[in-house]
Amino acid sequence: MNHAETTLTPLAESPAPRPVKVYVLGSVVLLSAWWLVYDRLATVAHWLTYDLGGLTAGTHFASALEFFIYEVPKVLMLLTLVVFGVGIIRSFFTPERTRRILSGKRESVGNVLAALLGIVTPFCSCSAVPLFIGFVTTGVPLGVTFSFLISAPMVNEVALVLLFGLFGWKVAALYLGTGLVIAIFAGWVLGKLHLEKHVEEWVYVTKTGAAADEVAIDWPSRIDLGLEAVRDIVGRVWLYVLLGIAVGAGIHGYVPENFMASIMGKGAWWSVPLAVLIGVPMYSNAAGIIPIVQALLGKGAALGTVLAFMMSVIALSLPEAIILRKVLKPRLIATFFGIVALGIMFVGFLFNALL
Amino acid sequence: MKKLQILGTGCAKCQALTKNTEAAAKALGVPYELGKVTEIPAIMKFGVMSTPALVVDGVVKSQGRLLTPEQIKPLLA
Repeated sequence: MNHAETTLTPLAESPAPRPVKVYVLGSVVLLSAWWLVYDRLATVAHWLTYDLGGLTAGTHFASALEFFIYEVPKVLMLLTLVVFGVGIIRSFFTPERTRRILSGKRESVGNVLAALLGIVTPFCSCSAVPLFIGFVTTGVPLGVTFSFLISAPMVNEVALVLLFGLFGWKVAALYLGTGLVIAIFAGWVLGKLHLEKHVEEWVYVTKTGAAADEVAIDWPSRIDLGLEAVRDIVGRVWLYVLLGIAVGAGIHGYVPENFMASIMGKGAWWSVPLAVLIGVPMYSNAAGIIPIVQALLGKGAALGTVLAFMMSVIALSLPEAIILRKVLKPRLIATFFGIVALGIMFVGFLFNALL
Repeated sequence: MKKLQILGTGCAKCQALTKNTEAAAKALGVPYELGKVTEIPAIMKFGVMSTPALVVDGVVKSQGRLLTPEQIKPLLA
């Protein structure tokens, strides 16, 4: 990553405030430039493959190459734009604020709010433990906390951008909707089971200090936060996007049609639980897995099975279980994973049956 | 003497923040002592839910962000 070109203005000594006009104008110019490039990607990819590259249309290699040249910049451009936007939105939602909103909320209402806030609150699995303790020791019900912990990693902007870019808005919306429903219901069920005694004892005796005063944050700092998010997230996932799309392109070009139909097709009922079973221990990020899965869908895999697989890879992972083991006893972790896995399977069956 | 503390359980970002904080303090020439807080109950006492966090003289100045030395400097002044 190149830090030299992104040196940020110091936070405190803010320079003379730039007028709003500058920001509006700047955004319009940048967005138009973005759109001008984005809109032409397909044409350019076609031209590079067949005119400049001189490849014959219809060959396996040509279609794989065109797919790769088109999809990589498309997904990376979408990712940059959305991650920047989400970074700015997240500057309005700190974990402290989310905790204040959720604290003392009744279940059900709390579960819905927690799942929704999980999308917009900055969350990194490395702070899952302090966040968990901070929530449950200040009056956020356990089930509501779980709704947050399920939704925050599962419904994330990287997964949604890749789904939108490679599958279209309908699949992205399905993923968003069903992901929220799973987070809400799994959290609600976990709350009803009254599993508080399966939380490690030291958690409840931990004293959570009063949250630090929130520093008022101005627009230049919000834009800095957006840029930081781009540097951090896009810097971390671009390689996976590249590799995922390369493998996906290979599958598009070379794997025969209907190859996946017998394994991941609608006819095989056991494909959904199997997809979840394989998906849980897999710890790939969305950026690498979605392009591959998209290619499989084109080869006869059923959408429900594919959705279930993606959700289990993204939402449930062994590293997460190991991190949460610090605060949850094994039975609670198993129940947590079991209920979320059941919810994902239900979604898989539902879409295989409906579509 | 500034008392600087980095709160975090040892993730890569926490180590990077430690390095950047030292760089900022050295660049400013302020005398400082730097400590790491890695135990979760101790981190929770500060009311911090997202790591890494930077604490200056007992006051939480930033949390959940990997600040650059340039961003840290005004927090030490």
